[in-house]
Amino acid sequence: MVATIFPLRITKACVKRRGVQLIGPVDLDLGENGLTIVMGPNGSGKTSLLRLMHGLERPATGTVHWATPDTDARMHQAYVFQTPTMMRRSVTDCIAYALTVMGVSRADARRGAQDYAKRVGLGHVLDRPAMVLSGGEKQKLALARALIRQPQILFLDEPCANLDGRATRDIETILNEVRAQGTRIVMATHDIGQAQRLADDVLFMLNGVVHEQGAAVPFFATPQTAEAKAFLGGQIVE
Amino acid sequence: MDGPFLIAIGLIASGDPALTEIIALSLKVTLTAVSIGCLVGLPLGAGLALARFPGRGVIVVAFNALMGLPPVVAGLLVYLMLSRSGPLGDLALLFTPTAMVIAQTILILPIVISLTRSVVEDLWAEYREQLRSLGAGRLRSVPTLLWDGRVSLVTGILAGFGRASAEVGAVLIVGGNIAGHTRTMTTAITLETSRGSLGLAVALGIILLLITLSLNAAAWGLAQSARGRLG
Repeated sequence: MVATIFPLRITKACVKRRGVQLIGPVDLDLGENGLTIVMGPNGSGKTSLLRLMHGLERPATGTVHWATPDTDARMHQAYVFQTPTMMRRSVTDCIAYALTVMGVSRADARRGAQDYAKRVGLGHVLDRPAMVLSGGEKQKLALARALIRQPQILFLDEPCANLDGRATRDIETILNEVRAQGTRIVMATHDIGQAQRLADDVLFMLNGVVHEQGAAVPFFATPQTAEAKAFLGGQIVE
Repeated sequence: MDGPFLIAIGLIASGDPALTEIIALSLKVTLTAVSIGCLVGLPLGAGLALARFPGRGVIVVAFNALMGLPPVVAGLLVYLMLSRSGPLGDLALLFTPTAMVIAQTILILPIVISLTRSVVEDLWAEYREQLRSLGAGRLRSVPTLLWDGRVSLVTGILAGFGRASAEVGAVLIVGGNIAGHTRTMTTAITLETSRGSLGLAVALGIILLLITLSLNAAAWGLAQSARGRLG
């Protein structure tokens, strides 16, 4: 039985880069169930918040605590970047790398990679160079590479930005399956329609802080702040 | 000019023993130097790409500059080290193929290190966040980056091979151009030309050109095939 890494507790955390505060102070508790959508206009701090949770950013002030030590917690997380990195390898080897880096043998990793590639709909391009995939296929590869680690929590940063409707639907279908299997998901998006389709709860970011948060249904029906209301109404919020 | 060319073709066609011996020694020395250069230069170049420490910039500039190190200077340095009065004189390596390997390795290393650093640095900028997210630290990333940069790295290694196989100054100084012992293609060409024995010189020149051409063709073919397979 693998110990749970939840809850995640963020206390008065700020992220700074070259002296400029990107987000904060942020106070947040994250339990082990559901799909949280992080919403907000460009530059509101969605990506920085995800990076802070995943450990790609260290808090300049405040703390980020998982229930298990950081090194253990990191092993049970996966992150899908907005622009996924395609290694100079085949689709199978690109996905398998996520396991070989954990010490799994190459043969076992490749077998697992092929299973996950098929699961996300890449069964027909297993030996194709990852670099030549379409945008949608690259996102699916990134998703397979994240899922093969069987993470307890999956972070996704605008995974459907620049994808067409069909590719977006495919990604959302996979995410719904993953959520149903018990993986915690935190996803940044500025697509309100997608947020409404997927979210169990919402974090609305504005100017680097969590401006409003709560369950998805009441948030979309009756947002509590004027800024969230304006954002959902399609107005430009700064 | 028909004379030397005909003699050269005759020597090559007949598999002249002296010619074969010179070619074999040249390839042995250069391939050994390239192998050592790769064993040392690839990890060192990758390490330099990923490491951040005070004075790193100076080291990067120094290796870049050393890519243009004149072979005679390299030869002179090795000569001073290996001569009887030098710090390594007791090893009695001067005028041996080993001394020639050392000199060629010194010429190759800056090329392999600098080109590896450049290739790995570019790849690291692209892969860094993804590798961190997957839990690969800098040390674990080195073989990954070297493997994924292999197509570009072959070019650097070939450049090193080209520099070593074509140079004459360093191997002449530390090898002494001793027949049957340290005579390579380039030193033999120099000697035979000065003697007016152009047949052997032209034959060696043709072989040297063919080796360089074949290696570059092989590298080009490999790169094309890799691009097809890796995108």
